[in-house]
Amino acid sequence: MAERYIARSKAIAARMVGGEMMVMSAVDSTFFTLNEVASTIWQAADGRTPLAEIVAGKVCQEFDVDPERAQRGANRFVDELSQHGILLVSDQPLIDSSPSPERP
Amino acid sequence: MTTAFPTIAREAVSIEIGGMAIALRTQDPSFHRLIENRYTGFVGTSPDSHLKFDIDLREPSESSVDDDLEVKMEHGEWLLKRGDFRASWNPETSRGRIRQSCNPYAIDCVLRIVHSLVLARQGGFLVHAASAIRGGKAFLFSGVSGAGKTTISRLAPPDATLLTDEISYLRREGNRYIACGTPFAGELARVGENCSAPLSAFFLLEKGLQNRIEPVGPSEAIQRLLRNILFFAHDPELVKLVFQSACEFASLVPIRRLVFVPDHRVWDIIR
Repeated sequence: MAERYIARSKAIAARMVGGEMMVMSAVDSTFFTLNEVASTIWQAADGRTPLAEIVAGKVCQEFDVDPERAQRGANRFVDELSQHGILLVSDQPLIDSSPSPERP
Repeated sequence: MTTAFPTIAREAVSIEIGGMAIALRTQDPSFHRLIENRYTGFVGTSPDSHLKFDIDLREPSESSVDDDLEVKMEHGEWLLKRGDFRASWNPETSRGRIRQSCNPYAIDCVLRIVHSLVLARQGGFLVHAASAIRGGKAFLFSGVSGAGKTTISRLAPPDATLLTDEISYLRREGNRYIACGTPFAGELARVGENCSAPLSAFFLLEKGLQNRIEPVGPSEAIQRLLRNILFFAHDPELVKLVFQSACEFASLVPIRRLVFVPDHRVWDIIR
């Protein structure tokens, strides 16, 4: 299966509040509250690190979760956010993407 | 001898909400009276208005107020469109034009949109909420239709000043928010008082079996707040600003859940 690279869209507003990442699409105003695992993936979405590496190196290291299950969950999460244009997904590194900064 | 009135012609009505005056100019005397009556208490005396709109009246069309509202920026002008009106507004010149039939609902909607666009750049917003001043402090009661905005307004004690039972106006001043009265009434069908006070608390309304105030987590507070903020424009930059404003509001103002039974004792716990 091809690698998946993910990057945060610039057309979003995001802020970490009370340990949860809140993300809103600036295009259609859809709103997401990310749990800890999703927030970890979100913060690691730099366009250069493959999703599988994020799951193995971050999610499975920081949370007590089965790798296969974590990968399935990560794929679902990425699919959902990409449908709203909140995450950009490619099978190539998203070199030009410079994720928008998040205010703490 | 001639007397010059440099800012507002005789046929204009200036409507002041939240300290911002919008002059509405119409050639039609009956519509002029309709506006004055509808916005009683908010008709300004100052000759200086921040924004000026010319109103062209037209025959009612087949379209209705239920048609989708569209608000967008095009060539430096805001365009506002619904079944019963079309309006444009140039933020550079502070002038605009409204084309509508002779009804008060269109002008109500235009005023709400224009205020929401202006407030978005100032850290404030309009929100679906009743609000009142008591003891020099303002309180907001937010919720969707049926949550109890009109009920809590009806139950307000005599020493409370009702700002609105439907759409509240919040202006940011440094690290605090000022709640201002609005003429936008809900089921109570009563225009709010044109006064203001610093906001003390923001309550999310919920009907229950007893009166109590519960804490609300920050993410829920922001999510609920965003759900109730009035914002109409398809403009990514402004959407981001509104999001940031909601986050900052939640960090500066106590947001609580007010579970209440519909009786006047609920006001005993509002402080």
